Amino acid sequence: MSSGVEHFDERARREADRVGETIVHRGELLRHPVYTRILHWAVAICFVLSLLSGFAIYSPWLYRSLTPLFGGGALTRLLHPWFGLLFDLFFLFQFLNWVAPMSWTDADTHWVKRIREYTRHQHRIEPDEVGFFNGGQKIYFWAIVLSGGLFLLTGLLMWFDDVGPRWIVAVCYVIHDLAALMMLAGFIIHVYEGTSHQPGTFQSMTNGTVTEKWAWTHHPGWYRVVTGRNPRQAFEREKRRRAERERAMEAWEREQDDRERVKQPDR
Amino acid sequence: MSNPRTFQIQEISAHPGPVPGQGTRREDEVCKYIDVTTCIGCKACEVACVEWNDHPFRETTFNDTYQTMPTTEWNYYNLIRFAEDEHDGNLMWLLRKDQCMHCEDPGCLRACPADGAIIKFQNGIVDFQQENCIGCGYCISGCPFDIPKFHPKTKKVYKCTLCSDRVGQGLEPACVKACPTGCLKFGTKSDMVQIAGLRSKQLREESGFANAGVYNPASIGGTHVIYVLHDINNPERYGLPKTPLIPPSYTYWKWLAKPIGLWMGLLGILAIFFHRVAVGPRLPQPEEPPPLERQPDTVEAKRREEP
Repeated sequence: MSSGVEHFDERARREADRVGETIVHRGELLRHPVYTRILHWAVAICFVLSLLSGFAIYSPWLYRSLTPLFGGGALTRLLHPWFGLLFDLFFLFQFLNWVAPMSWTDADTHWVKRIREYTRHQHRIEPDEVGFFNGGQKIYFWAIVLSGGLFLLTGLLMWFDDVGPRWIVAVCYVIHDLAALMMLAGFIIHVYEGTSHQPGTFQSMTNGTVTEKWAWTHHPGWYRVVTGRNPRQAFEREKRRRAERERAMEAWEREQDDRERVKQPDR
Repeated sequence: MSNPRTFQIQEISAHPGPVPGQGTRREDEVCKYIDVTTCIGCKACEVACVEWNDHPFRETTFNDTYQTMPTTEWNYYNLIRFAEDEHDGNLMWLLRKDQCMHCEDPGCLRACPADGAIIKFQNGIVDFQQENCIGCGYCISGCPFDIPKFHPKTKKVYKCTLCSDRVGQGLEPACVKACPTGCLKFGTKSDMVQIAGLRSKQLREESGFANAGVYNPASIGGTHVIYVLHDINNPERYGLPKTPLIPPSYTYWKWLAKPIGLWMGLLGILAIFFHRVAVGPRLPQPEEPPPLERQPDTVEAKRREEP
């Protein structure tokens, strides 16, 4: 089965790359191919729609403000399960696409142990062992897998509520809510990390590329795999070059200043 | 409607003794009384209900019983349930008029997520407002009596209104109006409870039903439809739950845990905002120096130092 999935994924990536394209400039690396990006945004759109329509029904305090977005309460109720189904469908493909790089390793356990240092920025550069995805990203992925499954199971039971006894709905909606709160927490962190907290990350999902500097800073293990270079040495080399470039720049400025002084002796 | 109490006479000139009628109080709560022991199963109430609510004809299934259909439906609020009950070697035919119980603490209302879809009047009538109903069906799972029914075409939920439109005009519900035996009565809650108490006492003392009693379950704060049952200890024989309960997920989870979840979401957003402000971004290393024009002008500074 797994080889069949891999075959399908390979083909999907190839076809998507044939339709779209990813331009990798000098000093950049390909992070996410077209197929992954399309899936990501399809999942994201369905997720946000499900989230807004779901939270409208979740709480009386959000009902009045969120239901008009979908044309009233009844339409919100009608659309929500379809948004959810689409979310689960697209995420199924994303799951197949990503399940291999998302497998848990020792490096991720170490990452989770360093979570306090990570949130306080105690290290400017991630340790060499951090690969394509770090522990946090993998936790988010598996949390979506878990809650996506829970959403589907409890959602279907609430959708077709005439098949079982009445307490099933009463239980299911609590599980559905808990999964949604877990997703909300993950989503807030995900959006923050992808935009404001780590500049240079967002373009990996739009253009599909990241800079080499970004790669050796956040995912050195992956940098080593794709370039074959040592991320730490590459970083040191860049630092040296930057210092030299700055020195040269300063010298050039000074030279210019001297030249100007010669031209205008009266100053 | 103006308050009828404003024209209650307060003082009367040259009148000996107290003012007549002073201190009278109007009781708000209404109640339907159902004496199952005098019900003859004529189904006049079913017809009256369908007539008054102008419900369309409904096809039904015959399953070896005199019951009109298996359960109440979105266009059949009122159903006489027939149960062949064998107890201590005796066969009894138990007839019970099944409809909304108009609970004091309505599970449907607790469960409903739509603003204004279910209301409870001060007189105790629980009414569905279909224009606000979103058809999620939570009320169906919140009801201990399995009463609200989903209409697949309009995608709304319907149930007995206790003829709130008739009661509002000072009339009794249609089923009560049609009942030929007087097993149905309608009035204030305290009156009905009193009549039910008297009737069950009569059943206990004069008819040999030692366990006769009033079904007005306290677990949901009482109901605005009460039954006189010949065996109050086993309401299950009539298909009634002994202690009807609202699922705890509609009480504790909804009114306590849900706001806590929302606050946590809000705090999460604030937390990342202040994390960004306090800790700042994780920049790719080595960090880009600020643009030249924002760097301290070393050349200028040196020049100023020199005399």
